[in-house]
Amino acid sequence: MKKLIAWFDERIPLTKTWNIHLAQYPAPKNFNFWYLFGVLATLVLVNQIITGIWLTMNYVPTAEGAFASVEYIMRDIDGGWILRYMHSTGASAFFVVVYLHMFRGMMYGSYQKPRELLWIFGMLIFLVLMAEAFMGYLLPWGQMSYWGAQVIISLFGAIPYIGDDLTLWIRGDYVISGATLNRFFALHVIALPLVLVILVFLHIIALHEVGSNNPEGISIKKPKGSVPDSEKPKFEFHERFTKKYDIVDAIPFYPYYIVKDLVGIGIFLAFFCYVLFFAPAMGGFFLEPPNFEAANPLKTPAHIAPVWYFTPFYAILRAVPDKLFGVILMFAAIVFLFLLPWLDRCKVRSIRYRGTIHKVNLTVFVISFVVLGYLGVKPATEVYTFFARVFTFLYFAFFIFLWFYSKHEKTQPVPERITK
Amino acid sequence: MSNAPVDQGRRRFLTAATTVVGAAGAAAVAVPFITSWNPSEKAKNAGAPVEVNIGKAEPGQLVRVEWRGQPVWVVRRTPAMLQSLESLAGKLRDPNSDEPQQPEYAKNIYRSRKEEFFVAVGICTHLGCSPQFLDKTFGEYVEGTESGFFCPCHGSTFDIAGRVFQGVPAPYNLVVPPHYFINDDVILIGEDGEQA
Repeated sequence: MKKLIAWFDERIPLTKTWNIHLAQYPAPKNFNFWYLFGVLATLVLVNQIITGIWLTMNYVPTAEGAFASVEYIMRDIDGGWILRYMHSTGASAFFVVVYLHMFRGMMYGSYQKPRELLWIFGMLIFLVLMAEAFMGYLLPWGQMSYWGAQVIISLFGAIPYIGDDLTLWIRGDYVISGATLNRFFALHVIALPLVLVILVFLHIIALHEVGSNNPEGISIKKPKGSVPDSEKPKFEFHERFTKKYDIVDAIPFYPYYIVKDLVGIGIFLAFFCYVLFFAPAMGGFFLEPPNFEAANPLKTPAHIAPVWYFTPFYAILRAVPDKLFGVILMFAAIVFLFLLPWLDRCKVRSIRYRGTIHKVNLTVFVISFVVLGYLGVKPATEVYTFFARVFTFLYFAFFIFLWFYSKHEKTQPVPERITK
Repeated sequence: MSNAPVDQGRRRFLTAATTVVGAAGAAAVAVPFITSWNPSEKAKNAGAPVEVNIGKAEPGQLVRVEWRGQPVWVVRRTPAMLQSLESLAGKLRDPNSDEPQQPEYAKNIYRSRKEEFFVAVGICTHLGCSPQFLDKTFGEYVEGTESGFFCPCHGSTFDIAGRVFQGVPAPYNLVVPPHYFINDDVILIGEDGEQA
């Protein structure tokens, strides 16, 4: 065995990669519950890829055959229903863990210098994930697939001058048709997953370059030679990390955090399986009732709402009376998240040591996001639209306020070390 | 091997020229990838303009044709119908057709090229149902006019020029598709024609 590994090590950096990224990667020793969602997102990504490949084996990407082939998978393929529900539940689970993962980053200031690029890669993953989910939702060719896509594609029609031609180009037809379905299938099963996997790779490489943040928001890298040996952890870290710095308060990712993550994965899978077996449609939130009816271009469902993970942005879109400005504001909601590392000018990372104003601001932001998500599934009545406007304002106010107060924020003293 | 000194200017020029040619090549290669997303000939054929012969339409009659998978109406309006349009402005959401629901040439009180012939896509702007044409009994829903369109799905009402009434779920007037008169008897739906 040793000989075999040595044979590989001479030809490819096998042991080295293992050590740098796992066995000798220094991770802060105070990771908590919130640090599970990265690994859970990876798990769900693997689930989506594998179940997705199996679904394509029986799925027919044509307007005539798509709906029937999904029903065929559900009814006539042995185990087909579980593969399909694993994929559809996985899509929602993906957004659950990604939203929590993003909230973790916001809470502990993980986007701040030097992790700006790490955050940008993460946001790009989020963006591609939304495109991936949107295109995937068209594939079953149900009523909500069809009309949801109709609404979203027509958003591009709001762009002045080129809007109509652009929507025509995206659809490849004057209405959403088999041509649209085919290209969405191609993008959903090969183009976007490729991009996604590459971005995840870059996300992890960038993370391991700058090192993980932690709930205290303080660095585990100390100037070389400043820490006496008695205070250094009793672990061997790769020289790539110890060459320039003294590493403190860290443990190797493998085996310590792998074991911790396995427990988290077990709990996550229990929730996942509960939904999978007992509520695969999640009361209409994961799979909307009209989607169990084949797409009909001449009949619009009474109430069109996107799947839950898009609803906060959909609510922002609808809150604005002007179509173009609504579209702009909806995209701005995501652009502001991209800019977070530069909007937050505070030097303290973790919420634990930030000022009250920031704690309140972040809380209001989370509430706004959740409420907007709720409003996005509701019909746009006058009362709901009023609230959608209030919470859209608060959503954006988070970023604006942040930029103003963060520079001179009254923070609490930050400890030198995670623990002693 | 030549021992001549390195000519930096020449090297820069060659690098720039290679980059430009390479970029032009990449742009040229991108063309088929982008154009392949345009509607195919088959799709264009299915979406081609349709001709409607209205020579035999009686006053007050509605002719229904299909264009791009949607029902398109041509209504030959009677003088009484046209007269009713003028008194309704106060009850309408968009009496002057300010919303771009029609081509420029149909942005008038009749929402048509010729007063007599109203051309519209027969799909409610609320949620896509097809409204009913009520040529004599529309007064049951709206006072002051005898004819109009009523959507059975959610009760939206439109006057005989497809203008939406206030207080109904539909937000906009009915869509007037591009169309023009080839001659007095034939309308081509789907193109603006040279008169546009």
